[in-house]
Amino acid sequence: MSHDSHGHGGHHELSFARKYVFSVDHKVIGLQYMITSMIFLLFGFGLMLLMRWQLAFPGQAIPFIGRLFPADLAPNGVMSGEFYNTLGAMHGTIMVFLGVVPLAVGAYGNYIMPLQIGAPDMAFPRLNMMSYWVFLPGGLLMLGSFLMPGGAAQSGWTSYPPLSIINPGQTVWILAMVLLITSSLLGAINFIVTTINLRAPGMTLDRLPVFCWAQFVTAILLLLAFPPLEAAAILQLMDRVAHTSFYMPKDLIILGTHYAGSGGGQPLLWQHLFWFLAHPEVYVLVLPPMGIVSEIIANNTRKPLHGYKTMVVSMLFLGVMSFLVWAHHMFLSGMSPALGNFFLVTTMIISVPSVAILTCLIFSLKGASIRYNVPMLFALAFLPLFGIGGLTGLPLGLTVTDIYLHDTYYVIGHFHFVVVTGSIIALLGGTYYWFPKWFGRRMNDKLGLIHFWGSVICMCGIFLPMFPMGLAGASRRLYDPTAQMHNMGVQGLNVVSTYFAYGLALFQLPYIWNFFHSMFRGEKSVENPWQATTLEWACPSPPPHGNFEKTPRVYRGPYEYSVPGRKTDYWPQSDPA
Amino acid sequence: MNNYGWGLPVAASTYAGQIDFGIWLIHIAMFAIFILWGIFFTYLLIRYRRRDGVPAEREDHGETPAKIAVPDAASKFPFAQLLYKHSSELKSLIPDILVMAFEVGLIVFYAFPVWGRIKMSTPDPKDAVVVEVTAEQFGWNIRYPGPDGKFSPLKPELVHFNNPLGLDRTDPDAADDIVVANELHMPVDTKVLIKLRSQDVIHDFFVPEFRIKQDAMPGMEIPMWVEPNRIGHYELACAQLCGFGHSLMRGDVYVESREDFDKWLKSRAAATPAPPKPSKPSEDF
Amino acid sequence: MTTITMDNADTHSGITNAKLGVWLFLASEVMLFATLFTTYIVLRMGATSWPWGWDALNVPLATLNTAILISSSVTIVMAYAKAYDKNVGGFRFWMLMTLLLSFGFLVVKAFEYGHEFALGIGPSTSVFYAVYFTMTGLHGIHIIGGIIVNSALLYMSYCQEDWEHPLFLGRVEGAGLYWHFVDIVWIFLFPALYLL
Repeated sequence: MSHDSHGHGGHHELSFARKYVFSVDHKVIGLQYMITSMIFLLFGFGLMLLMRWQLAFPGQAIPFIGRLFPADLAPNGVMSGEFYNTLGAMHGTIMVFLGVVPLAVGAYGNYIMPLQIGAPDMAFPRLNMMSYWVFLPGGLLMLGSFLMPGGAAQSGWTSYPPLSIINPGQTVWILAMVLLITSSLLGAINFIVTTINLRAPGMTLDRLPVFCWAQFVTAILLLLAFPPLEAAAILQLMDRVAHTSFYMPKDLIILGTHYAGSGGGQPLLWQHLFWFLAHPEVYVLVLPPMGIVSEIIANNTRKPLHGYKTMVVSMLFLGVMSFLVWAHHMFLSGMSPALGNFFLVTTMIISVPSVAILTCLIFSLKGASIRYNVPMLFALAFLPLFGIGGLTGLPLGLTVTDIYLHDTYYVIGHFHFVVVTGSIIALLGGTYYWFPKWFGRRMNDKLGLIHFWGSVICMCGIFLPMFPMGLAGASRRLYDPTAQMHNMGVQGLNVVSTYFAYGLALFQLPYIWNFFHSMFRGEKSVENPWQATTLEWACPSPPPHGNFEKTPRVYRGPYEYSVPGRKTDYWPQSDPA
Repeated sequence: MNNYGWGLPVAASTYAGQIDFGIWLIHIAMFAIFILWGIFFTYLLIRYRRRDGVPAEREDHGETPAKIAVPDAASKFPFAQLLYKHSSELKSLIPDILVMAFEVGLIVFYAFPVWGRIKMSTPDPKDAVVVEVTAEQFGWNIRYPGPDGKFSPLKPELVHFNNPLGLDRTDPDAADDIVVANELHMPVDTKVLIKLRSQDVIHDFFVPEFRIKQDAMPGMEIPMWVEPNRIGHYELACAQLCGFGHSLMRGDVYVESREDFDKWLKSRAAATPAPPKPSKPSEDF
Repeated sequence: MTTITMDNADTHSGITNAKLGVWLFLASEVMLFATLFTTYIVLRMGATSWPWGWDALNVPLATLNTAILISSSVTIVMAYAKAYDKNVGGFRFWMLMTLLLSFGFLVVKAFEYGHEFALGIGPSTSVFYAVYFTMTGLHGIHIIGGIIVNSALLYMSYCQEDWEHPLFLGRVEGAGLYWHFVDIVWIFLFPALYLL
């Protein structure tokens, strides 16, 4: 029997602020994260659109809005080198830390996970609220850095010293990151305790939906991998503000001036500490979307997922291995090349669980009865496109070929395929799937199809050209690619990418309209519109405070579809025998 | 430049071919994997689309794993029950195993030896042309040892805009050092040992045609080597974000015949300023 | 309402939410301090010279602080024991002792830092001092955090409703766990910085 210590009886009406602003209900908090992170994603997208103009037409004034920028950023509407670098660093930071992770974990995880395990809320509802209210100021501070003297950070989202110590904007970046990391840590604790302790009776671990396993492993990665970055960031803050030399070696001479510091520091130390987080971070970016894809595929194939145990073990193994591969980002950094061999082997090993998960998802289609609705299109598109991202990781993870491809556009193509056509496609698909749960209404299918095809085609159009560019040796983070001779042969591809990027922006408009219009005017939905088996569909859409009228009892696994001899082709987890 | 188009630029060093081999092999494997999976995937999407009256077919056919029988022949082997119970799961790992075998082969027979040769060994300075490259925001300072073949130590306190490396010209070892900006000359078919340094932030020494790339780390002197085997004019570009002038940080690499290289070096030596005469205190008063 | 519980045998770990939560938090803190210790090791190994801790720092004061902190871990266990026995007077006494010792630690620390600042020594003086000030400073911030939590618990013991809350004992236990952790970090810090 459940015992929740908040007492349903005699529940007084909460004020507007307590109900919608400082709510402790995981569903409200989930939606807060969703709207906030989507706005941040749009902002980060906007930064990229500016960058793409400069890349395709270097030195040309930005059309329409160019004159609106202050003269130190874009004199006469032509972007300066500093501004370009700022856009680059902030685009990466915002997309990763303000966009994808809060959306995948804070929004989806928060809303769906407690429902899928049959819980009335998260284990620590007030801590959950605090997580959001630390995240929001962190995000606003990060954006606010654009308006501060010196501007926002411009040393890459990777913030390598010594550049990040001498460049402007980095201090606020660090302070904002401390807030964002704190928010993530609080959230991670909540997710882990909830998954371990708050499952409904009968919801044993082997009956947990893959989405919940994905969120669980993600939370463990966040808990253990973020503190090293926090410590490293504090050291960088000390270097900038207290003039210590954690990362600054002796005898640095910056543009003719001797750098005043004690020396004795090591720039490589930052790289090791940063990537120790940042590699697990990329699995944080991809695991929840894999969980979303798993749910949608199971539901629309009308049969259990292939290899449930393989998928779960793979996710756990992936989590462990993710801590052992970080220096494949540092093969050419000047660290001992022998270390390169070690990380080459661990990187090869980590490809095993990733391939296993993808294989299980593809094999789930065999013998299926595939329903092609909008969420399923997104989930299916994830498979080959994430596959391209994963495959292009091979020449990068191999030490020898990375000698040539390191820091070229090949890398940018690789990681955008995994995060954009991978994670973001899955996250977008998830909105179509769970929208009826959140708002009791359905999104419009026609607009969904336009959004889907437009997005997938444009995404491929942006990122596929980056592979030949990388093979030609075009380096990343170049304000003016035409300043280097060897880029001239592929400059045309920059133009192609830019046009597709503007196309991608246009194709998000039907989605944004669809999302907000359907919230209020969408076709009303029944409680379980997808005839799904998992517990989040065994309560009203949207669920009331406390979620389930009576604590559900779980009798079977999460994907009991098409059980022979039954009238319907789905057997919900909480239906009595 | 005719060197540049889509795809890999012309190969101009001895190990470029080895790196290119790896790139080609992996890409062929990637295409093969993608196309094969793609065909299978497309087949599944068509074959198993929803049709009225045709339900999905569960893999366990409704049976529990406990009911799956182990054939007699296998029952003698340990773990047979375990393997059969999880046979469907193990089947999903077959693509993994094939890819793994390919990767293991690639690593053991290709990556370990080639990486070792390129990054973990350097030529004997006696057999090589030695050159020191110091990166700074936003250019390349290149120093050849003069006829004495010796590099003198650099003095940071002497760094000045017309002495970017901090050479002490009163030091006899330094007097004949040849310093050039953004221009690197190398004789063809000769090993070149490069000592890479940085004055300020992290830079990266990248010559696409040589397939050479190495981060320049302040506080470290990193050795690297190349043996150019094609005469021509190539580009040196910085490949690690180093500030607002990063995209402009480039130089020219000239690979020429041994005679042309020696001639060039001599002409630069002639242009090197003579060391200042040491002042004698008694003459000043 | 501070926490939700579902007490099903087959879907519950057997550890309360709060205790599990505190252990997870401590795991993240271990990663944080482990990073700093790693930084210390890496920078010291790569340094051309590094002063001996007993030359550069005030070992007697730090030894005193070590004794103070270990004592405070004992007093907080006593506070927990009194809370377990529902002895509110005993709890208040021992928690007050813990707080006094904690403040004592900070006072001694202030003398230490003050003396160094008076000599013109600060984090920017050398990498050794950068490591010393950063690690002891972050540890000090964690002490302050513990003081805030322990003070809150002491304050709550004066409110009938809070003292009698079924979760109060768990909170004391959690605070104790955190405090022991802060103590253990110091027990590593002290020899690593001062004695080596």
